[in-house]
Amino acid sequence: MTGNPVRVHPVAEGVSVAGAMKAVFLRDVKVAFRQRQDLLNPLLFFVMVVTLFPLGVSPEVSFLREAGAGILWVAALLSVLLSLDHLFRHDFDDGTLEQLVLQPQPLFLLVLAKTLAHWMLTGLPLVILTPVLGVMMHQPGNSIGILCLTLLIGTPVLSLIGSIGAALTLGLRSAGVLLSLLIIPLYIPVLIFGTGTVAAASEGAPVGAYLALMGAFLFLALTLAPFASASALKISMSNS
Amino acid sequence: MWQFFHKLGSPKWFYGIATRLMPWLLVVGAALLLAGVVWGLAFAPKDYLQGNSYRIIFIHVPTAFLAQSVYIMMAVAAVVTLVWRMKLADVFVKAVAPVGLVLTFLALFTGAVWGKPTWGTWWIWDARLTSMLILLFLYGGVIALDRAINDEKSAARAVSVLVLVGVVNIPIIKYSVEWWNTLHQPATFKLTEKPSMPAEMWVPLLLSVLGLYFIFGWLACLRMQTEIIFREQRTRWVKDLVMAGRP
Repeated sequence: MTGNPVRVHPVAEGVSVAGAMKAVFLRDVKVAFRQRQDLLNPLLFFVMVVTLFPLGVSPEVSFLREAGAGILWVAALLSVLLSLDHLFRHDFDDGTLEQLVLQPQPLFLLVLAKTLAHWMLTGLPLVILTPVLGVMMHQPGNSIGILCLTLLIGTPVLSLIGSIGAALTLGLRSAGVLLSLLIIPLYIPVLIFGTGTVAAASEGAPVGAYLALMGAFLFLALTLAPFASASALKISMSNS
Repeated sequence: MWQFFHKLGSPKWFYGIATRLMPWLLVVGAALLLAGVVWGLAFAPKDYLQGNSYRIIFIHVPTAFLAQSVYIMMAVAAVVTLVWRMKLADVFVKAVAPVGLVLTFLALFTGAVWGKPTWGTWWIWDARLTSMLILLFLYGGVIALDRAINDEKSAARAVSVLVLVGVVNIPIIKYSVEWWNTLHQPATFKLTEKPSMPAEMWVPLLLSVLGLYFIFGWLACLRMQTEIIFREQRTRWVKDLVMAGRP
């Protein structure tokens, strides 16, 4: 590994909650940029999974136009799922997580900061990459816009729900497969509404209600998921 | 009241109660289920639209009903596990999850068998069917997580968190037939309204639902007893119990 070792910010008694969250967030971003390959892998995976469909099913423009949005959504979902293993694993292995649990600041807020950092480093790049892949999948212009919007609202939900699964399976054998088994059922509603929005938009139907529902998912996940992952983390820590 | 609560937490006390309760649960459950199913399958009138094929409702509705209510019971037990750390609640979740899985599978299977003659297809990606499929996955996830964690206490608490997170699916299943336009018909029983079927149809249906509840109670007791014996194998009362069974 190159570069200086990352200093763990002193998240201590005198630090405000917001300060602690910011420190955790910045540290995660800094650590991620020291390991650039880990940042790149989910994106490469995303592009490759999308590539499989025209080659494996059909390169016909009519098929891709109809299925493209769904394929992009599924691929984004899978690459978020793949990246979740990193969310707590390294911090768990080197003991950082234990220190976070011991902080006086509420754990769920620190977990929220970690999850937001995770989204910014995996979900957001996926959204930025989507227009390019959308064009390759022959999506019409306004569909690409809506698709990006749904992914922008949807990927943080995926990260937040995923953090629960990552916390539950922390330190277990075959955690990767188990994580997918636990989390995919919970991802299905997000996927349904995400692709439903794009389908409605391509038929010219109003999408306001769909987007409002996705926003509701986001706020529900934002308020409840950190509690669940924080308590799951405590359970997993006491287990090891 | 509090004494009762404390007793409820004692596996030994529960074991004794369950032993006394189980024959009754089995007899009443079997009688109700048999009455409901035989009445429904052989004597209830034909449906004017679906003919005889509707009769699978007498198996489909009870299993689907139980599949959801077992999950709700598990969720209640999960809260009890997390808040009061009561051993029995955790034993219940562990014992009952596979039963829920099987019930969900049966509901989906009988639904598919019913769908073929009435809708002309085994499966459609309709909201009700999909949300039941998600329920099946959730049961699978609960069982998988429980098996993956070796430590009994952490397993209990981790599984409880997962069960509670999965509860979001229950209202989706319940209201899927009302929120979306689906092929699936709306609920058969509602607490607030009179059933839309004639009494010769809904009475046997109600009997089989109740019967299956009793059978489920019996099965839950049986599986919980097995789990309790396994967990408490080092205690004196379990040793005495096992030795007393020997000739």
